[in-house]
Amino acid sequence: MDDLKSGSNLEKVLKAGHFAFTGELGPPRGADAEEVREKAQYLKGNVDSVNITDNQTSVVRMASWAACLILIQEGIEPNFQMVCRDRNRLAMQADILGAYAHGVRNMLCLSGDHPMFGDHPTAMGVFDIDSMQLIQMVKKMRDEGKFLAGEELHGAPKMFIGAASNPFADPYEWRVHRLAKKIASGVDFIQTQCIYNMERFREFISKANDMGLTEKCYILAGVTPMKSVGMAKYMKAKVPGMDVPDELIKRLQGAGKGKVAEEGIKIACEQVEEFKEMKGVAGVHMMAIEWEHKVPEIAERAKVLPRPEV
Amino acid sequence: MIVAERKPFDEIKEMIKERKKVLNIGCGTCVAVCLAGGEKEVDVLTTEIEMARKMDENPIEIDKITIERQCDREYLEALDDMVKDYEALLSMACGAGIQFLAERYPEIPVYPAVNTTFIGINQNVGWYEERCRSCSSCVLGMTAGVCPVTMCAKGVFNGPCGGTNKGKCEISADQPCAWYQIYERLEKQGRLDEILEVVPAQDWENQKPRTVVQPGYEKVKEES
Repeated sequence: MDDLKSGSNLEKVLKAGHFAFTGELGPPRGADAEEVREKAQYLKGNVDSVNITDNQTSVVRMASWAACLILIQEGIEPNFQMVCRDRNRLAMQADILGAYAHGVRNMLCLSGDHPMFGDHPTAMGVFDIDSMQLIQMVKKMRDEGKFLAGEELHGAPKMFIGAASNPFADPYEWRVHRLAKKIASGVDFIQTQCIYNMERFREFISKANDMGLTEKCYILAGVTPMKSVGMAKYMKAKVPGMDVPDELIKRLQGAGKGKVAEEGIKIACEQVEEFKEMKGVAGVHMMAIEWEHKVPEIAERAKVLPRPEV
Repeated sequence: MIVAERKPFDEIKEMIKERKKVLNIGCGTCVAVCLAGGEKEVDVLTTEIEMARKMDENPIEIDKITIERQCDREYLEALDDMVKDYEALLSMACGAGIQFLAERYPEIPVYPAVNTTFIGINQNVGWYEERCRSCSSCVLGMTAGVCPVTMCAKGVFNGPCGGTNKGKCEISADQPCAWYQIYERLEKQGRLDEILEVVPAQDWENQKPRTVVQPGYEKVKEES
């Protein structure tokens, strides 16, 4: 990690040793740029970079790269999410070049949910390459200046390359090895799945530390504040690979009527406090799903403000 | 084997509603084994069509025949003298058989009576499961005999993805996670180190119609 790979704000924050704080924004189900601008205002100045989701949960939305451009216009650094579900290697490489040409400097490489979860459940899932191979492809374009097939490109996209990691999905023992594979593929930073089971995450990061993985890439712990008991129960029962302990649900239930969301934010802030001290954790990725307006308050209470100028 | 399912009756009826004289042709190989388009199924469908058309006061003259294989010229030949007597042909063979039939008699409309579903295995009589997408680049040696292209809903080559859920795929609690199975089997065989390396992007060979010419082919021709 000697020289800057992309020069993105996120990279500079991490490289300078600051505790990173990133946010997330889901593009609208329509062509209204104002919706993006409105949500973005809550994130401006409160996070180092904003992930723009790519047809999340397989539901069609404004293209991730397009919403990224709106953020750039607003003076906010985007993190361009790209899933393997919706395009083949040609379209992916084209979008990477185009996004970079417009100033996008961070990317998050993901598999993507299966189409059956979305609004076009019978759409063909492309999955021409997988998330690991996508990381390899972006790295090759950036570092070798070559397309996946080997031909030279002119003007390498110098992306800061990210990927996701789910410390909770099974086989649990394999998770840290899969992280190692992502690092071997060329990932610079990881944003984890939402963490609720802190004990399991501590074990995961400790293994990653032992294997030297946290020295090879920055790990940002994923946090999503619970808005309601229903949300917690839904995530526990319905969202694959999500580990929501019963104690957490009990704590939310114990908060009393009208105070659950407040308790959810309190828990999230406690998590951030712990992550700040946790060896191997370089920052937090705050996924306040459809709760962007709460980010200023969360950032304030999690004591991550002001964000560093680098 | 190739597994097929008969199309819904109403769909078949609709396709041939204008036809007054039809030959229903079964296939005695794969689709017969999977109970979709063999002799028995031809009998049943033919009778059903006949009765339904009578009820609709739109009678049809429908005959039936089942040949050994519709994907084989040798067996199709038996139909050469028969087909000219019919307005249309209904085929209960797989998609390959239907196409070979239509190719042989390009002047006669051919309609499919089955949907070809997959290359699969026989779990029990009447219960079949998909196992192969015939991608032309088999990796089963690396994946402990579980196909990531067919059995993983995202065709992941470096799994399992984050959607694996207690050994099941994110798409359904009834669908085992292929990579969980791969992991378990490799672990039992003491071969987990073999999937520590990243598998690079696949060269897809199945994006255009494929032809196989076996080395023995020319030899046979020379000999004959």
